Amino acid sequence: MSGLLRICTAGSVDDGKSTLIGRLLYDSQSVYDDQIHSVEKASKNRTAGPIDFSLFTDGLKAEREQGITIDVAYRYFATARRKFILADTPGHEQYTRNMATGASTADVAILLVDARNGVLTQSRRHAKIARLLGIHDFVLAINKMDLVDFDQEIFEKIQEDFADLLAGAAVHAIPMSALHGDNIISTSERTPYFTGPSLLEYLETVQVQRNLPNLPFRFPVQLVVRPDADFRGYAGQIASGTIRVGDTVYTWPSGRSARVRRIVTWDGDLDMAFAPQSVTLTLDHEIDISRGDVLTLEPAVTGQKFEAELVWMDERPLDPGRTYLLKHGTKTVTAEVNHGLVLNQIGHVTVSTARPILFDAYDVNRLTGAFIIIDPGTHFTAGAGMITGGVREATVPTVAPVTAAERIARLAREAASDEEAVELVRQALEEMLA
Amino acid sequence: MSSTVLQEQTVPAVPTLDHLRALEAESIHILREVVAEFERPVMLYSIGKDSSVMLRLAQKAFHPGPIPFPLLHVDTTYKFREMITFRDEFAKSIGARLIVHTNEEAIGDGTQPFKVGTQRCCGLLKTKALLDALQAGNFDAALGGARRDEERSRAKERIFSVRDPNGQWDPKRQRPELWNLLNARIRTGESIRVFPLSNWTEIDVWQYIHVENIPIVPLYFAREREVIVRGNSLIVQEQPFVVTMPGEKPQVLKCRMRSLGCSPCTGAIRSEADTVPKIIEELIATRQSERQLRIIDHDQDGSMEVKKREGYF
Repeated sequence: MSGLLRICTAGSVDDGKSTLIGRLLYDSQSVYDDQIHSVEKASKNRTAGPIDFSLFTDGLKAEREQGITIDVAYRYFATARRKFILADTPGHEQYTRNMATGASTADVAILLVDARNGVLTQSRRHAKIARLLGIHDFVLAINKMDLVDFDQEIFEKIQEDFADLLAGAAVHAIPMSALHGDNIISTSERTPYFTGPSLLEYLETVQVQRNLPNLPFRFPVQLVVRPDADFRGYAGQIASGTIRVGDTVYTWPSGRSARVRRIVTWDGDLDMAFAPQSVTLTLDHEIDISRGDVLTLEPAVTGQKFEAELVWMDERPLDPGRTYLLKHGTKTVTAEVNHGLVLNQIGHVTVSTARPILFDAYDVNRLTGAFIIIDPGTHFTAGAGMITGGVREATVPTVAPVTAAERIARLAREAASDEEAVELVRQALEEMLA
Repeated sequence: MSSTVLQEQTVPAVPTLDHLRALEAESIHILREVVAEFERPVMLYSIGKDSSVMLRLAQKAFHPGPIPFPLLHVDTTYKFREMITFRDEFAKSIGARLIVHTNEEAIGDGTQPFKVGTQRCCGLLKTKALLDALQAGNFDAALGGARRDEERSRAKERIFSVRDPNGQWDPKRQRPELWNLLNARIRTGESIRVFPLSNWTEIDVWQYIHVENIPIVPLYFAREREVIVRGNSLIVQEQPFVVTMPGEKPQVLKCRMRSLGCSPCTGAIRSEADTVPKIIEELIATRQSERQLRIIDHDQDGSMEVKKREGYF
C-alpha cells in the first residue's frame, strides 16, 4: 500500500472545516513557527479563539476578509506513518464545483457537520457528490460537540440521519471539537462513549481500496515519441492494470494489435510496468497509433453514446442544442448532451460523441470512466461526468473480429515455443477460413 | 487420520509505487500533456532546486528524445554568481536550449531594491521581464517549478492555470480541475502557466534530488561564508550596493541557502548541512518555513497573491 493518502473535506459553511484542518496541521506539527506567528498576528482582528486555525488554509485575501473558503486549497502533511495530501474545499453552494474537484482525486472524505444543526442541504449535497465521485471511506466528523455538552444522544442521532445518505460506504463517525482539539490527535476524556480511533489515528491506518494494477490494462496514449527514424514509442501513464514485454496489445478504436517489444524509461527498460507508472511502449510492428488512442490487453467497449452522471459547474447552463468539447483520457472529441443542467445541478444524462471512445463504467475504473465537458466558446471546464454505462444501439460492432484476433493472440501467448505458436496460429487460421 | 494442510489464502499481490515514484509519474504525465496540447511551450528555469528536479522529470518524460522545449531564465542581474555559472554549465551538459532575458531598460535606469523598493524592483525585473520574454517568444504555455506547499496563495493554484492576455491571474475564476484531465484550451492571447510539481513538498524535492543524484547549485550546501547578520537573516554580500548599517560588520559563519533568489533579497541560514541527507535531516527538524527569508513574500499583506495576480510566477 502506498504511503500516500489523499483526503478531501466537505460540509456546510461555518461547520469549521478550515479550523479542523488548521488544527490537524498545528497539532501534527506541520506548520512552521513563522506561519503560526503570522496567523497569531492576524487572529487579533477576529473572534475565533486564541489562534484562528482557519487562517492557515484560507490563502486568498478575499477569503480572510469574508472569513469563508472560496477555493479549494491543497495542504501537505506527514506523520511517521503516512504522507497526506489534503484538499480543503469550500462549503458555500456557489463553489460546489470546487468540492467536486477536491473529491475527484481523494481516497477518503471528511464530512463535517455542526452538532447543533445536524444534516443540512449542503451536507446532503456534499455527501452525494463525494459518493458520486467514487469515495468509499468517510469520516463523519460531528463537530462543535463542545457547544452541545458532548451529548451522546445528539452524536448518535446525527449518525442515524446520515445512514441513508452514506449507504454502502465505510463510515467512521467521530464526536469532536476542532476548536478545542477533542478527538483530533488523541481521544478525548469528554466523550467516554466514543471508543474508536481519533481522526489522525484513523487517517494513518485506514486501508483504502487501491487495486488499480489488478484492473484490466488501460493505456491512453499521450504522445508518439519519434526522436529519429529508428525509434517509435508510445508515451503515456498507465491508467490501470499491468503490462509485460511480449504481451499482445490492442489499440482502440481501430482494434488492431501488436506485441510489446520494449517498456522504455529513462532509468532503463522494464520487463513489467503497472498503474500509475508513466512509461513509453514500443511495439513489434508498426500500426497506426496516435494521441487519444487507448491500448488494452483484452477487447473492450468502445462507443459513441453512453449514459453518465454529470455535475454542471458553469454559470452558463448546459444547452442540449450546443456542441461541446469532451475530454476523456488523452482524447478530446466533440459531444452533445441530451438535456440541460444549471450550475451545481447533478443529472443523469446521455452523451453522444462525434467519434468513438473506449470507456469503462466509473465505478469500475475512475480514470477511464471519467470525462470533462469544455465550453467551446469560453473554454471553461463546464461539466464533470462519470460514465454509468454504454447505450447499446450505438456501440460500434468491433467485437466479432476482435474475438478472432484475441483467440489467435491467446494461442500464440500460451504456446510453449515459437515453433508451436506458429503451428497453432496456422491451424486456427485454417479452421476460421474453412 | 487424514492430515489437513492448511492452505494460506493467497491474496493477489498489488504492486505499488512509493510516494516519490507516484509523484514522478504524475509530473511526467503533466509534462507530456503540455507538449501534446500546446504549440510553443517553454520551461521557466530559475536555477533553483525545483528547476533542477523539473528538468530531470522532463528528461524522463521525453526519453529517448531530447527535451522538446527551450528553458527561459529571467535574469535580474542580481542573482548569485554561483547560480549563473551553474546555469550555463548545467544547460550545456544536458543539451538544453537556454534563453536568458533581462529587462535591460530598467537595469539601465538603475533599478535596484534599495533604490526603488523591493515591490517595484520585482515588478520591473521579474514580472515585467517575464511577461515581455513570454510575449517575445510567443509562448503559449510556461512551465514553472512552484509548489502548493510553498505559500498559502500557491496552495490554491491549479496545475494548468490560465492567464489573461496581460498575463494576470484571476483566482476567483479558476477552472475546476478534476482527476488527471487537464483542460488545455485557451483563447487567443491567453496563456497557461503549468506547475508539474504542484503536489510535491520541499522534503519530497530533496528526497528526489538525493535518490536521483541531481546536480544543484553549491549555495544550497553549508560552508563558511562571509555574511552580515541582520535579524534572523544572514546576508551574503555580493552586490556592491548592499549597504552595511551602523554597527554591522561582516563575519564568517557556516551557512547555506534554503531557497535561491536575488542576492540582496535572499538570506542564508546558519547550518551544518553540507550533504543532501544532512539537508533533509535539517528540514525535518526545522521550525521555519522555506520562504521565511524571502523578503519579497512579506513586503505587504497577501504579498504573493498580489504579485501572482499581476503576472509574477
